[in-house]
Amino acid sequence: MAEFLRIAFAIAAKDIRLELRSRTALLSAIVFSALVLVVFNFARDPTALAAVDLAPSVLWVTFAFGAVIALNRAFYVERENAALDGILLAPVPRSALYVGKLFANLAFVGVVEAVALPLFVLFFNVDLGHALPGVLGVTALATVGFVAVGTIFSAMVVRTRFAELMLPVLLLPFMVPPLVGAVQVTAKLLAGRPLSEMMGWLRLLTLYDIGFVTLCILVFPAVVDE
Amino acid sequence: MTPELLAARRIVRRGQVLTVLGLLAAAAVYVIAIYFTPVEVRQGPAQKIFYVHAPAAWGALVAFAVVGLVSILYLWLQDERLDLFAASSAEVGIAFSLVMLTTGPIWGKTVWGTWWTWDARLTLTLFLFFLFVGYLALRAAVQDHGERARFSAVVGIMGLVLVPFIHLSVYLFRTLHPQPVLLKPSAPSMPPEMLRALLSGMAAFTVLYIGFVVLRYGLARLDNLREGAGDAV
Amino acid sequence: MDLDVRAGEMLAVAGPNGAGKTTLLRLLAGLMRPSAGEVRIRGQRPTRDDPGPRRAIGLLSHHTFLYDDLTPAENLHFTARLYGLTDPAGATRAALEEVGLTARADTPVRHLSRGLLQRAAIARALLHQPDILLLDEPFTGLDAPSADRFRALLAAQLARGRALVLVSHHLAEAWDLATHVAVLSGGRWALEGSRPSDLAAFHARYAELVHG
Repeated sequence: MAEFLRIAFAIAAKDIRLELRSRTALLSAIVFSALVLVVFNFARDPTALAAVDLAPSVLWVTFAFGAVIALNRAFYVERENAALDGILLAPVPRSALYVGKLFANLAFVGVVEAVALPLFVLFFNVDLGHALPGVLGVTALATVGFVAVGTIFSAMVVRTRFAELMLPVLLLPFMVPPLVGAVQVTAKLLAGRPLSEMMGWLRLLTLYDIGFVTLCILVFPAVVDE
Repeated sequence: MTPELLAARRIVRRGQVLTVLGLLAAAAVYVIAIYFTPVEVRQGPAQKIFYVHAPAAWGALVAFAVVGLVSILYLWLQDERLDLFAASSAEVGIAFSLVMLTTGPIWGKTVWGTWWTWDARLTLTLFLFFLFVGYLALRAAVQDHGERARFSAVVGIMGLVLVPFIHLSVYLFRTLHPQPVLLKPSAPSMPPEMLRALLSGMAAFTVLYIGFVVLRYGLARLDNLREGAGDAV
Repeated sequence: MDLDVRAGEMLAVAGPNGAGKTTLLRLLAGLMRPSAGEVRIRGQRPTRDDPGPRRAIGLLSHHTFLYDDLTPAENLHFTARLYGLTDPAGATRAALEEVGLTARADTPVRHLSRGLLQRAAIARALLHQPDILLLDEPFTGLDAPSADRFRALLAAQLARGRALVLVSHHLAEAWDLATHVAVLSGGRWALEGSRPSDLAAFHARYAELVHG
């Protein structure tokens, strides 16, 4: 187990180092998220709809789009000089490769979200206040789920033509349960509702995370092993 | 004539026979539904579309389950035929879910007064359709056969796990939101004649599903043989 | 088809394009599973569950397996961690020194010349001291001094008791090092055995086998 995590961390650390050196994917994802927020602001009729009513949906659609952009790069770096073969050649459990990529993707999507959240507060004049810890918690819970699925899909689409188009087509249906749950919980947090009203959704999100992380670890070898 | 070619042709012929049987059965069901089933009091003749709509939804669901289960078998046994079978099922599934998605709004408009509603079953079929599209789009985008089979098997299995989550989300979403009062077409209060028409519709569509899948699978086998022959030359 | 390579031996495999040379190496390296038959490394088969036997294999492919935005030192350090080496920094230093790349250890790979790139790729393949070294057209793109240098390095590997498998569409560059030669044509052995002494005669035989 220690060996497994050591390899996973080595792969994640390598990805983060690579991304910090080129920065292109991460910066694009952040700028893209900011643009989505701006577009949302102008796409709403300010006389008909209060910003705060729309806020949870805006926040989560922004996170979702930003995540798709960030996830596209996950296995892209392994394509140059057939670097993925280099990893597969080594005595590395395939699931450790998956978990390493998952860690790196969670870091990237986390950074995108960490930038998008304050922008969202600024643009939509939302008072997070005491809801902040709750919003951060549900963000973590929902993000783990769809990044887990996105990581395995990005390993596949990178081998196809039109990878950038293919990822959202495959991934968005899988994003629906975590997104719906996260929007509902965020809305209730902002409205100051009691925890008991959110329990159903929190259970769904937790179940989704456990279910899909486990499933992805089990099937990932089939994606990379010929 | 190699044995493989003969086998593939035999499968195609069986698929043709089953498809014809399924089409005849479907025609019979419409005769039963239109002439021998009472008109629903509140919905009028529009309700007759239900006998196409529900069986098509059933067919799509069966197709989806088959894709998922055969995908599991594929990853286990690595037999290319299983992959072709799953793909055939997905193609038929996309046709069935399209029938369901077009008949649904037509019926909904006359009965509910709205083309679309986020009803749990309708939403689920919409997602089945999206998953079929994603599955087949991915297949079209991968060139290597082995890779295509492995990737689509993974998507098929993940889809199977996703469906309960979609259902649960819609359920939680609905119970927490006020909903327009819906007529529940499949409520058990259905008169026996309607139930008879519905069940025979489902039986007919099951035969049709099997016929289509076997036919498509046979053609896929033939296609593979032809490609193999092309490589040899 | 059978293939058996022992410590201190070098098998040179020749064959025209499309004969399955790269596929052969990918099979041996465990990057592909054979549709029939098996590959054993020291009697063990590399499987998904037991990646252990992979430790014995080093592959020098026509791809470098290097990340362009990382330096050779960073690339090797990452590789060392993948192989679970106890001293990644020490192994990195030693491997860079062996191929003579210490001076450029901290230049991002994308700025290296073709020859230096090849050295970095060699260092990566040798980093974990594999018992078996698989080489895919390793002389392509090397100038004469680099090729001499590389031959010396391969001779040193053989002297240390490593087994080498080299594939190439022509064997002249590796001829003196090889202990065994084989010809691969259409996915099968057309010829296999100890290296004959006469390269020209082998070439004539090869042309006959491959071109009919």
